[in-house]
Amino acid sequence: MRIEADLNKCDGLGMCEAMAPDFFEVGDEGTVVVLDGNPGEEHRTDLAAAVDACPVLALKLVS
Amino acid sequence: MTLAVVGASLGLRAVESARRTGYDGRIVLLGAEDRLPYDRPPLSKAFLAADGPVAVEPFLGADDLRDLGVDLRLGTPATGLDPIAREIHTGDTTVPYDAAVIATGAAARVLPDTEGISGIHSLRTADDSAAIRSALDSGARTVVIGAGFIGSEVASAARKRGLPVSIVEALDTPLVRAVGPEVGEVCADLHRAAGTDLRLGTRVTGFASQDGAVTGVQLSTGETLPADLVVAGIGAEPATGWLRDSGLLLHERDGGIICDGTLAAAHGVYAAGDVAHVANALFDGELMRLEHWTNAAEQGAAAARHALDPASARVFSAVPYFWSDWYSHRIQFVGTPRADEVVVAVPAEDGFTALYRRGDRLVGAFTVDRPRDIMKYRKRIAARAPWSEAVAFALETAA
Repeated sequence: MRIEADLNKCDGLGMCEAMAPDFFEVGDEGTVVVLDGNPGEEHRTDLAAAVDACPVLALKLVS
Repeated sequence: MTLAVVGASLGLRAVESARRTGYDGRIVLLGAEDRLPYDRPPLSKAFLAADGPVAVEPFLGADDLRDLGVDLRLGTPATGLDPIAREIHTGDTTVPYDAAVIATGAAARVLPDTEGISGIHSLRTADDSAAIRSALDSGARTVVIGAGFIGSEVASAARKRGLPVSIVEALDTPLVRAVGPEVGEVCADLHRAAGTDLRLGTRVTGFASQDGAVTGVQLSTGETLPADLVVAGIGAEPATGWLRDSGLLLHERDGGIICDGTLAAAHGVYAAGDVAHVANALFDGELMRLEHWTNAAEQGAAAARHALDPASARVFSAVPYFWSDWYSHRIQFVGTPRADEVVVAVPAEDGFTALYRRGDRLVGAFTVDRPRDIMKYRKRIAARAPWSEAVAFALETAA
């Protein structure tokens, strides 16, 4: 499983960080920093919630 | 089994959530507007910019909707609910349901006695936004009534185009209910610094017009502000007129649906978003009705899960979060402004942070241009972090 973040779309609103703080953080540039790009399968539920919570649809989970 | 969802925008989030749980039964989605569901935040932000997108894009295309297997009925406002018979009425038709989610949102309050005057708008729908944008495109002199978030975003869009704009606010401080008086002052300064003419403690007494089009806004000071565009950002009221005879408990102040902590409004009926008052266990059971996209999305998903499987329903206790873009600033708020004390932890040069204390814990945080920090506060509020620890974190980020 891989996380893809589209930084052109990302607006730094931080919902992903709220849903899955171990994997996402809003960085100094005001856009998302993916902390672990290849997470284990056991985190799928949290990550799916983070992807769904993105107000600008900047995140994708590629399995 | 039929899941009925009333209100298309947020309702679609509920539908997606329902399918994600594995529910493969029938779903009927009723929408009052005659267009595919879309998100509202861009209507007062990107969509008003000179270089912004010109069309409001639905967030799911027709193909995605087909994949969701939803019986979508647009232009079909619900007109009644019978929670005993488990039926929703839409004028001449009846939709029987086993579980229902109500997400009809709120309707913008409209200025009284302005029907015959063109150029006066509220901002809630894609059509409202298109009309305002078109006026800005032709260089309108703008007067915004109400210094709330929507009005402030409209003022911001006007200033970004270099257009003159005034905000008229009846209270002496903007946004007192949303962020408290101390931080309201900070918000007022953002407007002034951007060249917006901010009139606090001032009421609108009437409008000047010529040939049916607005030309000015008359103020309690006796002055008349010239205007080609007037935007009323004077709040919104829950769209619950259709529930008047339903037997659901409606709030005496605004008619919003009073829910328990799991979003339940009656057996088999759950509510979500702007329409729902929900007791929040994180804040001493404070009854909250929030008009934020983030809250609505989270509640919409939870309401669908609870409606389909009431036994699994858990108390909903998310930390409220909203953001707003003013001029070149990002404003963010998490938690509740109802606090014993508000402390400014980071001064304005490097962005701004105010923390809200209730008892010995952090209950809210407001930031300007600190996008990195805001979710760190949200996490602390959710974890009921002690006040001293939150203050220490704020000082650390300022260093």
